[in-house]
Amino acid sequence: MQDDFRSIKIEKDKCQGRMACLRVCPTQAIRVRHKKATILKDRCIDCGECVRACPNKAILPQTSSFSDFSKFKYTVAIPSPDLYYQFGKDVLPSTILAGLKKIGFDDAHDVACPSEAVSIALQELLDSNNLPRPLISPFCPAIVRLIQVRYPNLLDNLVPIESPMEIAAREAKREKMEELGLKENEIGTIYLTPCPAKTVAIRNPPRKKHSFIDGAIPISEIYPTLLQALTHITPESEQEKQVRGIGLGWPIVGGQASSLKREDCLAIAGLNDVIRIFEEIENGKLKDIRYIECHTCPTACVGGSLNVENPYIARGKVLRLLEKYGSKPCQPREKIRELYQKKYFSLPGKIPASPAEPLDDDIQVAINKMKRKQEVYDLLPKIDCGACGAPTCMTFAEDVVKGNAAADDCVFVAIKKFESISSDLLETILKHSRKVRHNENLS
Amino acid sequence: MRMDKSYSQSFEITGNNFFDAGKAATEVKMILKQIGINSDIIRRVAIASYEAEMNVVMYAKRASMTIEISQEKIKIVVDDEGPGIQNIELAMKEGYSTATTEMREMGFGAGMGLPNIKRNADHLKIESEVGKGTKVEFVIELKESARGGSKER
Repeated sequence: MQDDFRSIKIEKDKCQGRMACLRVCPTQAIRVRHKKATILKDRCIDCGECVRACPNKAILPQTSSFSDFSKFKYTVAIPSPDLYYQFGKDVLPSTILAGLKKIGFDDAHDVACPSEAVSIALQELLDSNNLPRPLISPFCPAIVRLIQVRYPNLLDNLVPIESPMEIAAREAKREKMEELGLKENEIGTIYLTPCPAKTVAIRNPPRKKHSFIDGAIPISEIYPTLLQALTHITPESEQEKQVRGIGLGWPIVGGQASSLKREDCLAIAGLNDVIRIFEEIENGKLKDIRYIECHTCPTACVGGSLNVENPYIARGKVLRLLEKYGSKPCQPREKIRELYQKKYFSLPGKIPASPAEPLDDDIQVAINKMKRKQEVYDLLPKIDCGACGAPTCMTFAEDVVKGNAAADDCVFVAIKKFESISSDLLETILKHSRKVRHNENLS
Repeated sequence: MRMDKSYSQSFEITGNNFFDAGKAATEVKMILKQIGINSDIIRRVAIASYEAEMNVVMYAKRASMTIEISQEKIKIVVDDEGPGIQNIELAMKEGYSTATTEMREMGFGAGMGLPNIKRNADHLKIESEVGKGTKVEFVIELKESARGGSKER
């Protein structure tokens, strides 16, 4: 995996090695060496927990800035539906879309409506047979990455359907090409993202060559300007022009699963719980479940690390909007079914496995290192203090056998070593002083 | 110099502890992933060791699961203290189970345990003494192509 495809960058000058990132990283992908944090790229899944945790704001998502889009003749904002839930409870999506046009985008394209279309496509898909069970939602890029890194056996369980943000961008480009007679590369589609993971899915989509999205800007970055612009917008009064449909619920836990109207679907959020479920699926369980909606963030996308609003308050807003506008579809179901039949939603490419580096490429050497790792681990205090710069004693033992750390980088091992050296030293001193005294007595 | 070219580790499994059920199989998988065994083999070991673990959780008092891995093969031995199996031949039949209704409602006891182990292992040996316990031993061979999950990268 190339460096520039990862979502996170550590600014070494700002990093003081305070280890907050080390403790929160769910895949043990961070090490602190010489007071600076580094990311083990083969393990990072781009979840963004470290971005949130860093007290020095030294870990930054690799996103675009406004100036990157000056090369386009026409720009379309593709806001993640999370954006709809970042403002006061009476601010409707239509106002927010209008606000985006006010702050400099030529147009803004809603993603809740394509989300509804994807829900219907999923319903159609789940009615067919011969699919792996359970299917896993591919819409959280950090989950896809987790599967590539740790659960390559489950790659075939990922649903081969395009994400709502890609569909929105594809449609936006098509519409504008027709309407304005522009070429595809003259229209810039900019995703307003709730998390760093989505930026990786845009730069390096797992199943295809190119994304329809040209860049991403964090919601938190656009927030202050947009907030100001919103005060000058007269809310859309016509009911018919409001954003509506079940797609409005996608940013919260269960939003997708409940939109499928089936009993054999689950929604799981938070990486630890997702990992537990993946272990079970790998063991051959959960065959009676057809679809699992998975999120890395415990509160799903409204809890993304680049949002502004408290995720629980945002969730409340989602539920309120769903109640008001959720039941009325934004497009006729028949049209979506037709598109589904024409494979409008399908994403046929294969997702490659990308397993975390083993102890060694040679199996016998790896077995030997595994034994050595156990020996090193036995010497360690097993309190996962992190002082060595690895998050746990187990990962430290692994670093030692891989040659990336020395056993006495552990303070406890060092103290023991020091104790034994100093007791040897003390004994030698005593022995010699006794000898000297003995000789003095003789003379 | 160590003469032994294999790595082995043991895990305790406690009967009736449904909360931890699957933990030993998970640990086994973690070892195999670190050594770089390819994912097809890992899936077979996962299913077989999980079924063996669940048999202990459902029927036995306690057991140890030992994994031994060498360049040639993965061997797993689950040695339990429990009721033993009356008729091994019958227990090997698909769909045969002595599970209670409660266990079945939880999705266990479909009578696929031992047959599933057999299907995923290259060799399976079961020794059992009624009233004392059961020892399930299975081997998955590592052919040249099965080594090095890292090659997928």
